[in-house]
Amino acid sequence: MKRSMLFIPGNTPNLLINGNCLGADMVIFDLEDAVSPDEKDSARVLVRNTIKYLNFKSLGTIVRINSVDTDYWKKDLDEIMPYTPDMIMLPKTGCPADVLKADAYMTELEKKLGLAKNTVKLMLLMETAMGVENAYASASASDRVGAIFLGAEDLTADLRCKRTKEGREIEYARQRMVVAARAANVDVYDTPFTDVNDDEGIRIDAETAKAMGFTGKASISPRHVDAINEVFSPSEKDINYAYEVMDAIRLAKEQGRGAIALHGKMIDAPIVARAQQTIAAAVELGLGREA
Amino acid sequence: MAEIIKNASAGTMESSDAFVTIEPAAANQINIESAVEAQFGESIRKSAEEVMAEYQVSGAKLTIKDQGALDCVIRARVETAIRRGMEA
Repeated sequence: MKRSMLFIPGNTPNLLINGNCLGADMVIFDLEDAVSPDEKDSARVLVRNTIKYLNFKSLGTIVRINSVDTDYWKKDLDEIMPYTPDMIMLPKTGCPADVLKADAYMTELEKKLGLAKNTVKLMLLMETAMGVENAYASASASDRVGAIFLGAEDLTADLRCKRTKEGREIEYARQRMVVAARAANVDVYDTPFTDVNDDEGIRIDAETAKAMGFTGKASISPRHVDAINEVFSPSEKDINYAYEVMDAIRLAKEQGRGAIALHGKMIDAPIVARAQQTIAAAVELGLGREA
Repeated sequence: MAEIIKNASAGTMESSDAFVTIEPAAANQINIESAVEAQFGESIRKSAEEVMAEYQVSGAKLTIKDQGALDCVIRARVETAIRRGMEA
């Protein structure tokens, strides 16, 4: 279960080499916005060597390449793909054609490198009005897509509205992304909270995203990682309730009863499904045992 | 074989990085400036030589100003400097 993903600028050795000890479940090595055009070549080699020589095995590794409308994205993939990060993040994904373009080139590289198809997955960054509107179509365009990710800074610029801490301006986009991701059976990650000094704000923002159904949340600061991990982990109360649900189901089966209640509430299929998800997450995070 | 046809550089003088310059020369020459040269100078030289060999560079003066960079960073900066020095 990957809850948090931390952006690390691709041409900054000091941050890159410490990326595996900052607490995030996944790191995003950024070759796009964090790297000036003059340093794209340098960052590519540095990120490649970081993945090649340093141990990031316990983490998910993601490389944000440049968008498919630039001259950089193929060079990014040429350099990075041989070292098989878990995912390539495709920025400014606007429509299925963008996904298919990246997918076709990645497939070609996997063949050349003797890798199985879809060894490296795609995470689609949707940060334009078009991208959000096409979220389901893009997410389901290729079985290489493993996750989608909302980028609210560029999106609000495209929407011509102000980005606020409260985030009312991105409510629709958040909801649409979650529905699209669940319909396409892929994970979905929320936009970073950009005030790195607001410890209460990041918690509230993460709780909002979790309540909407996001899998996890991105961060641009290591300071936010702990709060994100905590919010997106099942709470002790949730875990205990999930075990109670599973125990009640087991007891009902033994007694041959069809309908059961727990604490005065009917236990139906969606409640059981949620309990199973909670227990699976708890087991993966070392917070619980198999039911 | 890679020919270094112009002066080029890569990296920065920031902590954990290395600033590498390369220029055409009659034969390979590697200069290292590092606060930890006594301890790691040979290791830095070996890494630089390996990258130069990989690109078959035979005529270049390479200067590495190490700011406490890990081996993978030194290798990356040397490689980028070589690639930039090869470009017309």
